[in-house]
Amino acid sequence: MISRKEVEHVAWLARLELSEEEEERFSKQLGQVLEHASKIKEVDTSNVPPTSHSLPLKNVFREDEVRESLSQEEALSNAPQKEKGAFLVPKII
Amino acid sequence: MFLEISAYELSEKIGKGEVFPSEVTQFYLQRIEKIDGKVRAFLTLNEKALDEARKMEKKASEKRSLFGIPLAVKDNICTRNLRTTCASRILADFVPVYDATVVKRIKEEGAVILGKTNMDEFAMGSSTENSGFHPTHNPWDLQRVPGGSSGGSAAAVAAGEAPWALGSDTGGSIRQPAALCGVVGMKPTYGLVSRYGLVAFASSLDQIGPITRDVRDCAFLLNHLVGHDPRDSTSYPYEPPDYLKSLGRDIKGMRIGVVTELSGEGIEEEVKDAFYKTLEKLESLGASVEEISLPSFEYALSAYYIIAPAEASSNLARYDGVRYGYCTEKAEDIWEMYKKTRREGFGAEVKRRIMLGTYALSAGYYEAYYGKAQKIRTLIIRDFEKAFEKFDALVSPTSPTVAFKLGEKVEDPLKMYMSDVCTIPVNLAGLPAISIPCGLSQGLPVGFQIIGRSLGEETIISIAYALEKEIGFKERPSL
Repeated sequence: MISRKEVEHVAWLARLELSEEEEERFSKQLGQVLEHASKIKEVDTSNVPPTSHSLPLKNVFREDEVRESLSQEEALSNAPQKEKGAFLVPKII
Repeated sequence: MFLEISAYELSEKIGKGEVFPSEVTQFYLQRIEKIDGKVRAFLTLNEKALDEARKMEKKASEKRSLFGIPLAVKDNICTRNLRTTCASRILADFVPVYDATVVKRIKEEGAVILGKTNMDEFAMGSSTENSGFHPTHNPWDLQRVPGGSSGGSAAAVAAGEAPWALGSDTGGSIRQPAALCGVVGMKPTYGLVSRYGLVAFASSLDQIGPITRDVRDCAFLLNHLVGHDPRDSTSYPYEPPDYLKSLGRDIKGMRIGVVTELSGEGIEEEVKDAFYKTLEKLESLGASVEEISLPSFEYALSAYYIIAPAEASSNLARYDGVRYGYCTEKAEDIWEMYKKTRREGFGAEVKRRIMLGTYALSAGYYEAYYGKAQKIRTLIIRDFEKAFEKFDALVSPTSPTVAFKLGEKVEDPLKMYMSDVCTIPVNLAGLPAISIPCGLSQGLPVGFQIIGRSLGEETIISIAYALEKEIGFKERPSL
Protein backbone atom coordinates (compact mmCIF):
# COMPACT_ATOMS: atom_id res chain seq x y z
CA MET A 1 0.00 0.00 0.00
CA ILE A 2 1.03 3.55 -0.55
CA SER A 3 -0.95 6.17 1.33
CA ARG A 4 -3.82 8.17 -0.14
CA LYS A 5 -1.80 11.31 0.63
CA GLU A 6 1.10 10.03 -1.46
CA VAL A 7 -1.26 9.11 -4.28
CA GLU A 8 -2.66 12.64 -4.22
CA HIS A 9 0.83 14.14 -4.26
CA VAL A 10 2.01 11.99 -7.18
CA ALA A 11 -1.21 12.74 -9.10
CA TRP A 12 -0.50 16.45 -8.65
CA LEU A 13 3.07 15.99 -9.92
CA ALA A 14 1.65 14.21 -12.98
CA ARG A 15 -1.08 16.87 -13.48
CA LEU A 16 -3.64 14.12 -13.33
CA GLU A 17 -7.00 14.44 -11.61
CA LEU A 18 -8.19 11.19 -10.02
CA SER A 19 -11.62 10.23 -8.74
CA GLU A 20 -11.97 9.07 -5.13
CA GLU A 21 -12.44 5.55 -6.37
CA GLU A 22 -9.27 5.75 -8.50
CA GLU A 23 -7.26 7.13 -5.59
CA GLU A 24 -8.29 4.19 -3.48
CA ARG A 25 -7.65 1.63 -6.21
CA PHE A 26 -4.25 3.10 -7.10
CA SER A 27 -3.07 3.24 -3.51
CA LYS A 28 -3.60 -0.53 -3.39
CA GLN A 29 -2.44 -1.45 -6.90
CA LEU A 30 0.63 0.80 -6.97
CA GLY A 31 1.57 -0.65 -3.60
CA GLN A 32 1.41 -4.16 -5.05
CA VAL A 33 3.46 -3.33 -8.12
CA LEU A 34 6.05 -1.42 -6.09
CA GLU A 35 6.31 -4.27 -3.64
CA HIS A 36 7.06 -6.63 -6.51
CA ALA A 37 9.51 -4.12 -7.99
CA SER A 38 11.25 -3.80 -4.64
CA LYS A 39 12.73 -7.20 -5.36
CA ILE A 40 15.49 -5.33 -7.18
CA LYS A 41 16.67 -3.94 -3.85
CA GLU A 42 18.09 -7.33 -2.86
CA VAL A 43 20.63 -7.25 -5.71
CA ASP A 44 24.12 -5.97 -4.93
CA THR A 45 24.77 -3.24 -7.46
CA SER A 46 27.73 -1.53 -5.83
CA ASN A 47 30.20 -0.59 -8.58
CA VAL A 48 27.60 -1.26 -11.30
CA PRO A 49 27.08 1.76 -13.56
CA PRO A 50 23.51 2.55 -14.63
CA THR A 51 22.36 2.03 -18.24
CA SER A 52 19.90 4.54 -19.63
CA HIS A 53 20.25 3.36 -23.20
CA SER A 54 21.35 0.10 -24.80
CA LEU A 55 23.23 1.76 -27.67
CA PRO A 56 26.67 3.32 -27.31
CA LEU A 57 25.44 6.47 -29.07
CA LYS A 58 26.83 9.93 -28.45
CA ASN A 59 25.12 13.26 -29.05
CA VAL A 60 24.21 13.76 -32.68
CA PHE A 61 24.89 17.20 -34.09
CA ARG A 62 23.92 18.86 -37.34
CA GLU A 63 24.18 22.32 -38.82
CA ASP A 64 21.42 24.66 -37.70
CA GLU A 65 20.01 25.38 -41.14
CA VAL A 66 16.57 26.50 -42.19
CA ARG A 67 14.79 23.58 -43.83
CA GLU A 68 11.35 22.78 -45.06
CA SER A 69 8.96 22.41 -42.14
CA LEU A 70 5.26 22.22 -41.32
CA SER A 71 3.17 25.19 -42.38
CA GLN A 72 1.41 27.20 -39.68
CA GLU A 73 -1.87 25.76 -40.87
CA GLU A 74 -0.59 22.19 -40.60
CA ALA A 75 0.96 22.78 -37.19
CA LEU A 76 -2.37 24.08 -35.92
CA SER A 77 -4.55 21.54 -37.70
CA ASN A 78 -4.98 19.31 -34.62
CA ALA A 79 -5.26 22.08 -32.02
CA PRO A 80 -8.40 21.77 -29.88
CA GLN A 81 -8.66 25.56 -29.70
CA LYS A 82 -6.94 28.10 -31.87
CA GLU A 83 -7.24 31.79 -32.66
CA LYS A 84 -5.44 34.07 -35.11
CA GLY A 85 -2.85 31.48 -36.02
CA ALA A 86 -2.02 30.58 -32.40
CA PHE A 87 -2.91 27.93 -29.82
CA LEU A 88 -5.61 29.18 -27.49
CA VAL A 89 -5.29 28.44 -23.75
CA PRO A 90 -6.96 29.80 -20.61
CA LYS A 91 -5.49 32.99 -19.13
CA ILE A 92 -2.29 32.13 -17.25
CA ILE A 93 -1.15 35.36 -15.61
CA MET B 1 -8.29 -16.63 -52.82
CA PHE B 2 -5.19 -14.82 -51.56
CA LEU B 3 -5.42 -16.30 -48.08
CA GLU B 4 -2.87 -19.02 -48.76
CA ILE B 5 -0.36 -16.74 -50.44
CA SER B 6 2.38 -14.91 -48.57
CA ALA B 7 3.19 -11.26 -49.25
CA TYR B 8 6.41 -12.35 -50.93
CA GLU B 9 4.49 -14.60 -53.32
CA LEU B 10 1.98 -11.82 -53.92
CA SER B 11 4.79 -9.49 -54.96
CA GLU B 12 6.02 -12.12 -57.45
CA LYS B 13 2.55 -12.61 -58.89
CA ILE B 14 1.97 -8.88 -59.20
CA GLY B 15 5.42 -8.50 -60.75
CA LYS B 16 4.56 -11.08 -63.40
CA GLY B 17 1.21 -9.43 -64.07
CA GLU B 18 -0.73 -12.51 -62.90
CA VAL B 19 -2.73 -10.44 -60.43
CA PHE B 20 -3.43 -6.74 -60.13
CA PRO B 21 -2.93 -4.53 -57.08
CA SER B 22 -6.61 -3.51 -57.03
CA GLU B 23 -7.70 -7.18 -56.97
CA VAL B 24 -5.53 -7.85 -53.96
CA THR B 25 -6.61 -4.73 -52.06
CA GLN B 26 -10.25 -5.44 -52.86
CA PHE B 27 -9.92 -9.00 -51.64
CA TYR B 28 -8.55 -7.86 -48.29
CA LEU B 29 -11.10 -5.07 -47.88
CA GLN B 30 -13.88 -7.58 -48.48
CA ARG B 31 -12.32 -10.03 -46.08
CA ILE B 32 -12.17 -7.27 -43.42
CA GLU B 33 -15.78 -6.38 -44.09
CA LYS B 34 -16.79 -9.99 -43.73
CA ILE B 35 -15.01 -10.96 -40.53
CA ASP B 36 -13.81 -7.87 -38.68
CA GLY B 37 -17.14 -7.61 -36.94
CA LYS B 38 -16.00 -10.71 -35.04
CA VAL B 39 -12.27 -10.07 -34.72
CA ARG B 40 -12.33 -6.26 -34.39
CA ALA B 41 -8.69 -5.87 -35.34
CA PHE B 42 -9.09 -2.47 -37.00
CA LEU B 43 -9.78 0.97 -35.56
CA THR B 44 -9.74 2.93 -38.82
CA LEU B 45 -9.88 1.78 -42.42
CA ASN B 46 -8.13 3.64 -45.21
CA GLU B 47 -11.06 4.60 -47.39
CA LYS B 48 -8.73 5.54 -50.21
CA ALA B 49 -6.98 2.15 -50.27
CA LEU B 50 -8.76 0.86 -53.36
CA ASP B 51 -8.33 4.14 -55.24
CA GLU B 52 -4.64 4.12 -54.41
CA ALA B 53 -4.30 0.56 -55.68
CA ARG B 54 -6.17 1.40 -58.89
CA LYS B 55 -4.02 4.43 -59.52
CA MET B 56 -0.97 2.26 -59.17
CA GLU B 57 -2.09 -0.05 -61.92
CA LYS B 58 -1.67 2.73 -64.38
CA LYS B 59 1.98 2.83 -63.44
CA ALA B 60 2.34 -0.94 -63.35
CA SER B 61 5.58 -0.90 -65.27
CA GLU B 62 7.31 0.43 -62.17
CA LYS B 63 9.38 -2.19 -60.43
CA ARG B 64 8.91 -1.19 -56.83
CA SER B 65 9.34 -4.12 -54.51
CA LEU B 66 6.20 -3.73 -52.38
CA PHE B 67 4.17 -2.66 -55.40
CA GLY B 68 0.46 -3.17 -54.75
CA ILE B 69 0.87 -5.20 -51.55
CA PRO B 70 -1.58 -4.21 -48.81
CA LEU B 71 -0.44 -3.78 -45.23
CA ALA B 72 -2.03 -3.05 -41.84
CA VAL B 73 -0.37 -0.53 -39.52
CA LYS B 74 -0.53 -0.39 -35.73
CA ASP B 75 -2.33 2.75 -34.65
CA ASN B 76 0.63 4.28 -32.82
CA ILE B 77 2.54 4.77 -36.09
CA CYS B 78 1.75 8.09 -37.76
CA THR B 79 0.07 8.00 -41.16
CA ARG B 80 -0.42 11.29 -43.00
CA ASN B 81 -4.11 12.25 -43.34
CA LEU B 82 -5.18 8.95 -41.74
CA ARG B 83 -6.39 9.08 -38.13
CA THR B 84 -3.83 7.81 -35.62
CA THR B 85 -5.28 7.31 -32.15
CA CYS B 86 -2.94 5.05 -30.16
CA ALA B 87 -6.29 3.51 -29.14
CA SER B 88 -6.65 6.44 -26.76
CA ARG B 89 -9.58 8.78 -26.26
CA ILE B 90 -7.06 11.57 -25.89
CA LEU B 91 -6.04 11.13 -29.55
CA ALA B 92 -9.45 10.05 -30.86
CA ASP B 93 -9.47 12.76 -33.56
CA PHE B 94 -5.75 13.10 -34.19
CA VAL B 95 -4.88 13.23 -37.89
CA PRO B 96 -1.11 13.33 -38.44
CA VAL B 97 0.29 15.88 -40.86
CA TYR B 98 3.28 13.66 -41.65
CA ASP B 99 4.15 10.00 -42.21
CA ALA B 100 6.39 8.03 -39.86
CA THR B 101 9.68 7.18 -41.59
CA VAL B 102 8.72 3.50 -41.88
CA VAL B 103 5.38 4.45 -43.45
CA LYS B 104 7.08 6.82 -45.87
CA ARG B 105 9.52 4.08 -46.88
CA ILE B 106 6.92 1.39 -47.52
CA LYS B 107 4.65 3.82 -49.38
CA GLU B 108 7.57 4.79 -51.61
CA GLU B 109 7.97 1.09 -52.41
CA GLY B 110 4.31 0.92 -53.44
CA ALA B 111 2.61 -0.62 -50.39
CA VAL B 112 -1.11 0.08 -49.85
CA ILE B 113 -2.20 0.82 -46.28
CA LEU B 114 -5.46 -1.00 -45.50
CA GLY B 115 -6.03 0.63 -42.14
CA LYS B 116 -4.89 1.15 -38.58
CA THR B 117 -5.01 -1.65 -36.06
CA ASN B 118 -6.21 -1.82 -32.49
CA MET B 119 -3.82 -1.96 -29.56
CA ASP B 120 -3.59 -1.42 -25.84
CA GLU B 121 -3.82 2.32 -25.23
CA PHE B 122 -0.37 3.86 -25.88
CA ALA B 123 0.94 0.26 -26.23
CA MET B 124 0.55 -0.31 -22.49
CA GLY B 125 -0.75 -3.81 -22.01
CA SER B 126 -0.50 -7.44 -23.05
CA SER B 127 -4.03 -8.23 -24.22
CA THR B 128 -5.38 -5.27 -26.28
CA GLU B 129 -8.16 -5.02 -23.67
CA ASN B 130 -6.76 -1.63 -22.64
CA SER B 131 -7.87 -0.12 -25.94
CA GLY B 132 -9.91 3.02 -25.33
CA PHE B 133 -12.35 1.87 -28.03
CA HIS B 134 -12.99 -1.89 -27.95
CA PRO B 135 -11.14 -5.15 -27.36
CA THR B 136 -9.85 -7.34 -30.21
CA HIS B 137 -10.68 -11.04 -30.31
CA ASN B 138 -8.23 -13.86 -30.97
CA PRO B 139 -9.09 -15.43 -34.36
CA TRP B 140 -8.32 -18.91 -32.93
CA ASP B 141 -10.94 -18.50 -30.20
CA LEU B 142 -13.05 -15.37 -30.13
CA GLN B 143 -13.49 -15.63 -26.35
CA ARG B 144 -9.76 -15.10 -25.90
CA VAL B 145 -7.38 -12.16 -26.17
CA PRO B 146 -4.99 -11.77 -29.12
CA GLY B 147 -2.20 -10.64 -26.77
CA GLY B 148 -0.85 -7.14 -26.85
CA SER B 149 -0.12 -4.49 -27.26
CA SER B 150 0.02 -5.06 -31.06
CA GLY B 151 -3.03 -7.35 -30.76
CA GLY B 152 -4.89 -5.79 -33.69
CA SER B 153 -1.96 -6.27 -36.07
CA ALA B 154 -1.35 -9.88 -34.99
CA ALA B 155 -5.06 -10.77 -35.12
CA ALA B 156 -5.44 -9.15 -38.56
CA VAL B 157 -2.58 -11.22 -39.99
CA ALA B 158 -3.79 -14.43 -38.32
CA ALA B 159 -7.35 -13.88 -39.56
CA GLY B 160 -6.21 -13.15 -43.10
CA GLU B 161 -7.43 -9.56 -42.96
CA ALA B 162 -4.00 -8.39 -44.09
CA PRO B 163 -1.05 -10.27 -45.59
CA TRP B 164 1.24 -8.59 -43.06
CA ALA B 165 1.38 -5.72 -40.59
CA LEU B 166 3.55 -3.34 -38.63
CA GLY B 167 3.69 -3.51 -34.86
CA SER B 168 5.79 -1.96 -32.12
CA ASP B 169 7.54 -3.72 -29.26
CA THR B 170 8.53 -2.10 -25.94
CA GLY B 171 8.47 -5.16 -23.68
CA GLY B 172 7.14 -7.88 -25.98
CA SER B 173 4.31 -6.10 -27.81
CA ILE B 174 5.14 -7.63 -31.21
CA ARG B 175 6.36 -11.07 -30.13
CA GLN B 176 3.74 -11.94 -27.48
CA PRO B 177 0.66 -11.23 -29.67
CA ALA B 178 2.40 -12.94 -32.61
CA ALA B 179 2.83 -16.00 -30.37
CA LEU B 180 -0.77 -15.93 -29.13
CA CYS B 181 -2.12 -15.56 -32.68
CA GLY B 182 0.14 -18.14 -34.35
CA VAL B 183 2.05 -15.74 -36.62
CA VAL B 184 5.66 -14.53 -36.95
CA GLY B 185 6.73 -11.36 -35.14
CA MET B 186 10.10 -9.69 -34.85
CA LYS B 187 11.55 -6.97 -32.67
CA PRO B 188 14.67 -5.68 -34.42
CA THR B 189 17.79 -4.41 -32.64
CA TYR B 190 17.16 -1.08 -30.93
CA GLY B 191 18.15 1.65 -33.39
CA LEU B 192 17.90 -0.51 -36.53
CA VAL B 193 14.46 0.86 -37.46
CA SER B 194 13.66 4.57 -37.22
CA ARG B 195 11.23 5.57 -34.48
CA TYR B 196 10.41 8.86 -36.17
CA GLY B 197 6.61 9.05 -36.20
CA LEU B 198 6.14 6.25 -33.68
CA VAL B 199 4.17 7.74 -30.78
CA ALA B 200 6.57 7.42 -27.85
CA PHE B 201 5.85 5.11 -24.92
CA ALA B 202 9.28 4.25 -23.44
CA SER B 203 11.84 5.76 -25.79
CA SER B 204 14.85 3.66 -24.77
CA LEU B 205 12.90 0.43 -25.38
CA ASP B 206 10.41 1.07 -28.24
CA GLN B 207 11.10 -0.48 -31.62
CA ILE B 208 8.95 -0.98 -34.75
CA GLY B 209 8.94 -4.39 -36.43
CA PRO B 210 7.10 -6.77 -38.79
CA ILE B 211 4.22 -9.17 -38.02
CA THR B 212 3.89 -11.70 -40.85
CA ARG B 213 2.59 -15.14 -41.80
CA ASP B 214 6.02 -16.64 -42.31
CA VAL B 215 9.73 -15.98 -41.81
CA ARG B 216 10.41 -15.09 -45.44
CA ASP B 217 7.83 -12.31 -45.28
CA CYS B 218 9.43 -11.13 -42.04
CA ALA B 219 12.83 -10.80 -43.75
CA PHE B 220 11.20 -9.22 -46.81
CA LEU B 221 9.35 -6.55 -44.80
CA LEU B 222 12.33 -5.93 -42.52
CA ASN B 223 14.39 -5.07 -45.60
CA HIS B 224 12.10 -2.10 -46.17
CA LEU B 225 11.99 -0.84 -42.59
CA VAL B 226 15.68 -0.65 -41.73
CA GLY B 227 18.26 2.00 -42.41
CA HIS B 228 19.64 5.12 -40.81
CA ASP B 229 17.26 8.07 -40.41
CA PRO B 230 18.64 11.50 -39.56
CA ARG B 231 15.26 12.35 -37.99
CA ASP B 232 15.80 9.79 -35.21
CA SER B 233 18.95 10.54 -33.25
CA THR B 234 18.97 6.99 -31.83
CA SER B 235 18.88 5.48 -35.31
CA TYR B 236 21.97 3.36 -35.86
CA PRO B 237 24.43 4.45 -38.57
CA TYR B 238 24.58 1.02 -40.15
CA GLU B 239 24.35 -0.36 -43.67
CA PRO B 240 21.87 -3.21 -43.31
CA PRO B 241 22.26 -6.41 -45.31
CA ASP B 242 19.60 -8.05 -47.52
CA TYR B 243 17.82 -10.17 -44.93
CA LEU B 244 16.30 -12.43 -47.60
CA LYS B 245 19.82 -13.79 -48.10
CA SER B 246 19.69 -15.24 -44.59
CA LEU B 247 17.00 -17.70 -45.66
CA GLY B 248 18.09 -21.23 -46.37
CA ARG B 249 21.43 -20.97 -44.59
CA ASP B 250 22.58 -24.15 -42.91
CA ILE B 251 22.29 -23.98 -39.13
CA LYS B 252 24.33 -27.13 -38.55
CA GLY B 253 26.83 -26.60 -35.77
CA MET B 254 25.10 -23.52 -34.38
CA ARG B 255 25.22 -23.24 -30.63
CA ILE B 256 21.83 -22.55 -29.06
CA GLY B 257 21.42 -21.58 -25.40
CA VAL B 258 18.22 -22.29 -23.49
CA VAL B 259 17.77 -19.62 -20.83
CA THR B 260 16.84 -21.36 -17.59
CA GLU B 261 15.16 -18.28 -16.10
CA LEU B 262 12.87 -17.89 -19.14
CA SER B 263 11.85 -21.48 -19.70
CA GLY B 264 11.20 -23.08 -16.33
CA GLU B 265 9.27 -21.61 -13.44
CA GLY B 266 5.97 -19.92 -14.29
CA ILE B 267 5.69 -21.45 -17.76
CA GLU B 268 2.53 -23.49 -18.47
CA GLU B 269 3.16 -27.21 -18.88
CA GLU B 270 1.66 -27.37 -22.38
CA VAL B 271 3.79 -24.43 -23.48
CA LYS B 272 6.86 -26.18 -22.08
CA ASP B 273 5.98 -29.37 -23.96
CA ALA B 274 5.76 -27.56 -27.28
CA PHE B 275 8.98 -25.67 -26.46
CA TYR B 276 11.00 -28.80 -25.64
CA LYS B 277 9.73 -30.59 -28.72
CA THR B 278 11.00 -27.66 -30.77
CA LEU B 279 14.41 -27.94 -29.11
CA GLU B 280 14.59 -31.53 -30.39
CA LYS B 281 13.90 -30.22 -33.88
CA LEU B 282 16.77 -27.77 -33.53
CA GLU B 283 19.04 -30.67 -32.60
CA SER B 284 17.80 -32.71 -35.53
CA LEU B 285 18.86 -29.81 -37.76
CA GLY B 286 22.39 -30.19 -36.39
CA ALA B 287 22.40 -27.37 -33.84
CA SER B 288 23.73 -28.01 -30.36
CA VAL B 289 21.39 -27.13 -27.52
CA GLU B 290 22.56 -26.42 -24.01
CA GLU B 291 21.06 -24.74 -20.97
CA ILE B 292 22.46 -21.53 -19.49
CA SER B 293 21.46 -19.68 -16.34
CA LEU B 294 21.35 -15.88 -16.47
CA PRO B 295 20.56 -14.96 -12.85
CA SER B 296 19.88 -11.25 -13.37
CA PHE B 297 16.84 -12.11 -15.52
CA GLU B 298 14.91 -12.86 -12.37
CA TYR B 299 14.86 -9.09 -11.80
CA ALA B 300 14.12 -8.01 -15.37
CA LEU B 301 10.35 -7.73 -14.97
CA SER B 302 10.71 -5.60 -11.83
CA ALA B 303 13.28 -3.33 -13.46
CA TYR B 304 11.13 -2.99 -16.57
CA TYR B 305 8.03 -1.97 -14.62
CA ILE B 306 10.07 0.89 -13.14
CA ILE B 307 11.93 2.00 -16.27
CA ALA B 308 9.09 1.79 -18.81
CA PRO B 309 6.52 3.69 -16.67
CA ALA B 310 9.18 6.27 -15.74
CA GLU B 311 9.88 7.00 -19.40
CA ALA B 312 6.16 6.90 -20.19
CA SER B 313 5.27 9.39 -17.45
CA SER B 314 7.72 11.80 -19.02
CA ASN B 315 6.69 11.12 -22.64
CA LEU B 316 2.97 11.43 -21.90
CA ALA B 317 3.39 14.84 -20.28
CA ARG B 318 2.84 16.26 -23.77
CA TYR B 319 -0.90 15.45 -23.66
CA ASP B 320 -2.00 18.70 -22.13
CA GLY B 321 -4.90 19.70 -24.36
CA VAL B 322 -3.01 22.54 -26.04
CA ARG B 323 -1.38 21.57 -29.34
CA TYR B 324 -3.27 18.42 -30.33
CA GLY B 325 -5.59 15.82 -28.92
CA TYR B 326 -8.57 16.03 -26.62
CA CYS B 327 -9.15 19.05 -24.39
CA THR B 328 -11.66 19.25 -21.55
CA GLU B 329 -14.48 21.73 -21.84
CA LYS B 330 -14.80 22.34 -18.15
CA ALA B 331 -11.65 24.21 -17.15
CA GLU B 332 -11.47 27.56 -15.35
CA ASP B 333 -7.70 27.85 -15.45
CA ILE B 334 -4.69 26.20 -17.06
CA TRP B 335 -4.00 23.76 -14.18
CA GLU B 336 -7.55 22.55 -14.20
CA MET B 337 -7.36 22.21 -17.96
CA TYR B 338 -4.30 19.92 -17.74
CA LYS B 339 -5.70 17.80 -14.93
CA LYS B 340 -9.19 17.36 -16.33
CA THR B 341 -8.01 16.80 -19.90
CA ARG B 342 -5.78 13.99 -18.69
CA ARG B 343 -8.43 12.56 -16.37
CA GLU B 344 -11.01 12.43 -19.15
CA GLY B 345 -8.64 11.43 -21.95
CA PHE B 346 -6.53 8.61 -20.46
CA GLY B 347 -7.73 5.11 -19.59
CA ALA B 348 -7.06 3.19 -16.36
CA GLU B 349 -3.81 1.43 -17.34
CA VAL B 350 -2.25 4.59 -18.75
CA LYS B 351 -3.10 6.47 -15.56
CA ARG B 352 -1.65 3.62 -13.50
CA ARG B 353 1.64 3.73 -15.41
CA ILE B 354 1.87 7.51 -15.30
CA MET B 355 1.38 7.32 -11.54
CA LEU B 356 3.92 4.51 -11.17
CA GLY B 357 6.51 6.29 -13.27
CA THR B 358 5.99 9.65 -11.61
CA TYR B 359 6.34 8.00 -8.20
CA ALA B 360 9.55 6.19 -9.22
CA LEU B 361 11.06 9.45 -10.49
CA SER B 362 9.93 11.64 -7.60
CA ALA B 363 12.26 13.13 -4.99
CA GLY B 364 13.20 10.60 -2.33
CA TYR B 365 12.44 7.54 -4.47
CA TYR B 366 14.50 8.17 -7.61
CA GLU B 367 17.65 6.34 -6.46
CA ALA B 368 15.83 3.45 -4.81
CA TYR B 369 13.69 2.70 -7.85
CA TYR B 370 14.77 4.30 -11.12
CA GLY B 371 18.50 4.49 -10.34
CA LYS B 372 18.51 0.92 -9.08
CA ALA B 373 16.52 -0.38 -12.05
CA GLN B 374 19.04 1.17 -14.45
CA LYS B 375 21.83 -0.72 -12.70
CA ILE B 376 19.86 -3.96 -12.98
CA ARG B 377 19.64 -3.15 -16.69
CA THR B 378 23.45 -3.12 -16.83
CA LEU B 379 23.57 -6.54 -15.15
CA ILE B 380 21.09 -7.95 -17.67
CA ILE B 381 23.19 -6.64 -20.58
CA ARG B 382 26.29 -8.22 -19.01
CA ASP B 383 24.50 -11.56 -18.61
CA PHE B 384 23.51 -11.47 -22.29
CA GLU B 385 27.11 -10.62 -23.28
CA LYS B 386 28.36 -13.55 -21.23
CA ALA B 387 25.85 -15.88 -22.91
CA PHE B 388 26.76 -14.71 -26.41
CA GLU B 389 30.43 -15.56 -25.81
CA LYS B 390 29.29 -19.16 -25.82
CA PHE B 391 26.15 -19.20 -27.98
CA ASP B 392 25.05 -17.97 -31.40
CA ALA B 393 21.46 -17.49 -30.23
CA LEU B 394 19.33 -17.92 -27.12
CA VAL B 395 15.85 -19.41 -27.04
CA SER B 396 12.79 -19.51 -24.78
CA PRO B 397 9.02 -19.75 -25.04
CA THR B 398 7.72 -16.34 -26.20
CA SER B 399 4.87 -16.22 -23.72
CA PRO B 400 4.44 -18.21 -20.48
CA THR B 401 0.85 -19.07 -21.47
CA VAL B 402 -1.30 -19.52 -24.55
CA ALA B 403 -4.03 -16.93 -25.25
CA PHE B 404 -6.05 -16.32 -22.10
CA LYS B 405 -9.74 -15.44 -21.80
CA LEU B 406 -10.96 -11.88 -22.23
CA GLY B 407 -11.40 -10.34 -18.79
CA GLU B 408 -9.26 -12.97 -17.06
CA LYS B 409 -6.35 -10.73 -16.06
CA VAL B 410 -7.54 -7.21 -16.67
CA GLU B 411 -8.34 -6.48 -13.01
CA ASP B 412 -4.97 -7.72 -11.75
CA PRO B 413 -2.11 -5.61 -13.16
CA LEU B 414 0.67 -7.81 -11.75
CA LYS B 415 -0.77 -10.95 -13.29
CA MET B 416 -1.06 -9.17 -16.64
CA TYR B 417 2.53 -7.88 -16.37
CA MET B 418 3.75 -11.48 -16.00
CA SER B 419 2.70 -12.09 -19.64
CA ASP B 420 5.89 -10.31 -20.73
CA VAL B 421 8.31 -12.17 -18.50
CA CYS B 422 10.07 -13.96 -21.40
CA THR B 423 10.25 -10.98 -23.75
CA ILE B 424 11.25 -8.08 -21.48
CA PRO B 425 14.99 -8.82 -20.98
CA VAL B 426 15.46 -8.49 -24.76
CA ASN B 427 14.14 -4.90 -24.79
CA LEU B 428 16.20 -3.89 -21.77
CA ALA B 429 19.33 -5.01 -23.66
CA GLY B 430 18.18 -3.63 -27.04
CA LEU B 431 18.65 -6.99 -28.79
CA PRO B 432 16.77 -8.52 -31.75
CA ALA B 433 14.35 -11.41 -31.23
CA ILE B 434 11.81 -13.26 -33.33
CA SER B 435 8.79 -15.36 -32.36
CA ILE B 436 7.60 -18.16 -34.62
CA PRO B 437 4.67 -20.53 -34.06
CA CYS B 438 5.91 -23.94 -32.88
CA GLY B 439 2.67 -25.87 -32.42
CA LEU B 440 -0.76 -25.89 -30.85
CA SER B 441 -1.73 -26.54 -27.27
CA GLN B 442 -5.44 -27.40 -26.97
CA GLY B 443 -6.10 -25.69 -30.26
CA LEU B 444 -4.18 -22.51 -29.38
CA PRO B 445 -0.81 -21.47 -30.83
CA VAL B 446 2.46 -21.54 -28.87
CA GLY B 447 5.32 -19.19 -29.75
CA PHE B 448 9.04 -19.98 -29.82
CA GLN B 449 11.42 -17.05 -29.22
CA ILE B 450 14.91 -16.79 -30.73
CA ILE B 451 17.14 -14.01 -29.40
CA GLY B 452 20.22 -12.76 -31.25
CA ARG B 453 23.25 -10.59 -30.63
CA SER B 454 22.99 -6.87 -31.22
CA LEU B 455 22.47 -6.47 -35.01
CA GLY B 456 22.32 -10.27 -35.26
CA GLU B 457 19.07 -10.33 -37.26
CA GLU B 458 20.62 -12.50 -39.97
CA THR B 459 21.44 -15.30 -37.54
CA ILE B 460 18.01 -15.43 -35.94
CA ILE B 461 16.28 -15.25 -39.33
CA SER B 462 18.39 -18.20 -40.53
CA ILE B 463 17.48 -20.24 -37.48
CA ALA B 464 13.81 -19.25 -37.61
CA TYR B 465 13.54 -20.15 -41.30
CA ALA B 466 15.17 -23.56 -40.87
CA LEU B 467 13.04 -24.28 -37.84
CA GLU B 468 9.84 -23.11 -39.53
CA LYS B 469 10.40 -25.64 -42.32
CA GLU B 470 11.15 -28.40 -39.83
CA ILE B 471 8.07 -27.60 -37.69
CA GLY B 472 5.76 -27.29 -40.71
CA PHE B 473 3.11 -25.29 -38.84
CA LYS B 474 0.29 -25.00 -41.39
CA GLU B 475 -2.78 -24.64 -39.21
CA ARG B 476 -4.97 -21.58 -39.63
CA PRO B 477 -7.85 -20.40 -37.48
CA SER B 478 -11.27 -21.20 -38.93
CA LEU B 479 -13.41 -18.12 -39.20
